[in-house]
Amino acid sequence: MFEAYEADGFFDEMFALEGEVRPHYRTLLNRFSAIAADDFEARRAACDQHFLRQGVTFNVYHDDRGTERIFPFDPVPRVIPAAEWEHLEAGLTQRIIALNLFLHDIYHEQHILRDGIIPRFYIEEAKHYRPEFRGINVPKDIYIHICGSDLIRGADGTYFVLEDNGRCPSGASYLLENRNALKRAFPSLFESLGVRPVDAYPRELLDMLHHVSPHREGEPVCVLLTPGCYNSAYFEHCYLAREMGIEIVEGRDLVVMDDFVYMRTTKGLVRVDVIYRRIDDDFLDPTVFRKDSVLGVPGIMRAYQAGNVALANAVGTGVADDKVIYYFVPKIIEYYLGQDPILPNVPTYLASEESDRKYILEHLPELVVKAANESGGYGMLMGPSATQEEIAKFKEKIIEDPRNFIAQPVVSLSRSPTWCEGNMEGRHIDLRPYIIYGEDVKIVPGGLTRVALRKGSLVVNSSQGGGSKDTWVLK
Amino acid sequence: MLSRVANSLYWMVRYIERADSLSRLIEVNGQLLLDHERLDSERLRAFWKPIILSTGDETLFSEFYSDASSSEVIRFLTNDRRNPNSIVASIGQARENARMVRDQLSEELWEELNSLYLFINSREGELLFNADPTRYYETIRRATFTFHGIAAASIARSESWEFMDLGRHLERADKITRFLDITSFLPESDAPVNGAATFHWTAILRSCGGLGAFRAEHRGEPTAEGVVSFLMFSPGFPRSVRFCVDRIDRNLHSISGTPRGTYTNDAERVAGRLLAELAYGSAAEVLEHGLHLYLDELQERLNEIGTELFQTYVLLPDSTDKRPPIPAANMSAVVAWQMAQQQQ
Repeated sequence: MFEAYEADGFFDEMFALEGEVRPHYRTLLNRFSAIAADDFEARRAACDQHFLRQGVTFNVYHDDRGTERIFPFDPVPRVIPAAEWEHLEAGLTQRIIALNLFLHDIYHEQHILRDGIIPRFYIEEAKHYRPEFRGINVPKDIYIHICGSDLIRGADGTYFVLEDNGRCPSGASYLLENRNALKRAFPSLFESLGVRPVDAYPRELLDMLHHVSPHREGEPVCVLLTPGCYNSAYFEHCYLAREMGIEIVEGRDLVVMDDFVYMRTTKGLVRVDVIYRRIDDDFLDPTVFRKDSVLGVPGIMRAYQAGNVALANAVGTGVADDKVIYYFVPKIIEYYLGQDPILPNVPTYLASEESDRKYILEHLPELVVKAANESGGYGMLMGPSATQEEIAKFKEKIIEDPRNFIAQPVVSLSRSPTWCEGNMEGRHIDLRPYIIYGEDVKIVPGGLTRVALRKGSLVVNSSQGGGSKDTWVLK
Repeated sequence: MLSRVANSLYWMVRYIERADSLSRLIEVNGQLLLDHERLDSERLRAFWKPIILSTGDETLFSEFYSDASSSEVIRFLTNDRRNPNSIVASIGQARENARMVRDQLSEELWEELNSLYLFINSREGELLFNADPTRYYETIRRATFTFHGIAAASIARSESWEFMDLGRHLERADKITRFLDITSFLPESDAPVNGAATFHWTAILRSCGGLGAFRAEHRGEPTAEGVVSFLMFSPGFPRSVRFCVDRIDRNLHSISGTPRGTYTNDAERVAGRLLAELAYGSAAEVLEHGLHLYLDELQERLNEIGTELFQTYVLLPDSTDKRPPIPAANMSAVVAWQMAQQQQ
């Protein structure tokens, strides 16, 4: 299976440069090598069938039939040795603590601005900054309860943080389902390998929600607020609600009275204490934000400000995952914790800094340019593969609105063996761990390994044709 | 539980039951035709027309089809997407409702319904429908039975269950009345009421899956009185109207927590009264009153139970809402907003 495998000079997860298998992959390699190619393919197809039947799908837009697609699954897991994981865990923990301190500061005293660590206008012009929430205390001072920070590995295997997703990170359900799928397809694979289980995630999520409940008496009532069944991640919303044993609600199921939030049940109204919301700030409350939002709950912001309901994640966290603020995260870590960052950022240029901008505009063909507030692989320019026109267009955009762009050198992401129509071939991957910040920080061992299925592609987002793998953290 | 969820569970099961009833109806009548010497097209039309009339979709049918040949009727009722009550459309609706409340359903239950949905929308399903319709309908019926079986074995007997059970029995009672009503639309010469066409009564019993049970209770050929008595008033046969209304009455009282024989809302009042009438009624009275008229009134009352149920448990919690209504947005705008919520 792996006889003809080529690392092509990239950092390969499974093989060292001389074609030597890395020790933490050896058992897996032996077990996979014992499986005939057609058997392997049959098992992979069975995974797809299972996903389809179970409805483990995401909705594809721009399609007249609202097609549901399965998230392509690659059966070759990504393996992370224990020591490597400890390093990642320490770095991610440090990062989320710093980001939460930063958000608390930004929405209160703003020491970091006064001390000139970050120029004030970067914050005030951040798209997701909510000045009206300054001075509002949130339960337990937690802003980002759930964070998905994307990690990539460079040419020498160094892990970098590519971005933080602190508003509404998604994908945890696929991580859990990928593990189930692999267990079904290769039941004997896990024997005596010492793979750490991932199934504690829903319980840890619920513990965190309980922890931020503003009310002491009795079991807190937690709900998951979904935009509805047409959202791309609706499967995940249902999945997590069911796993946690909490209600999944839409805006129209909730009502605010006397600054408390209630849900409408067949037995009348029931008070809600904590809302895990999967809708944007802008849509939460038509009396405060977008007036035409039918997805939100009128008055919910009053209840929130009165401290009668907790929201996870808090309102206004988007300022921390603005890509311009990303540039400052190492400084944020130093400022609040007095520590060096454990996980480095990818070198980043800010288009609004004059010298950086000059460099960006001169080197567009070799850089990746990103808009400050887009996700899902949209609003990007991949310099090396872009046409002249695309480059020219981005040049204009950058000159017009420099605050809104950053640029980074192209990182040649690490590759992992991936089953590509009957052959093992190297494909680029990243890693999306899920960090829960409650009473303490919990990180599910592993995460979602996303893989760019198109040969040579560096874009792993599901919206751009990426797939995913199971991620093993060894004991 | 959430009012919206109760409503979705109820409709999910209603649509599943609808698909099941329709597949029986088509199957049985298709089989029936095989037992008779070749019918000319006029006789065929006469044969199918009552079936179209009984599902209440005749206007829609005549809009799309000029003829009422077997294949046209069967297609219209089975997999014509333009007919919102076709089998395929019903299963699609059932699944859509299930999707909205997926967190309430066990994995097996969802998977059963979703597999059925995937099957009837697949090329494989289409091929089976053309090549072996009997197997096709059997697949649907088995899947719906399996669905009910999984539900019975995996859903706690809580409100969720009661709303699902309500949906199943309301739909079932309604369909029994419609199947019985087929006889009312038959041309005079075929009118089975004068005992000429026992084969129609046999077909109706088969459509309700009750031929065996009927024979165990009644000797001899099915007669109007015998079949009406059995499908209307049998206390023990699970596809009799009385049995269904008894279940409905029980569900309603479990939900509200009031003792049976009393009522706290109009759904309970209508159901309780109907149950009493069914418990003390007789087939002879029904036939004297006029079967068609009687069935019409019965359908209205079943509808009333559904409407009142909605009023009490879905709409009423809304009335606690003092907020000014958000200007009605059209559906496509809501869908677009739902899609626009960023999932990072």
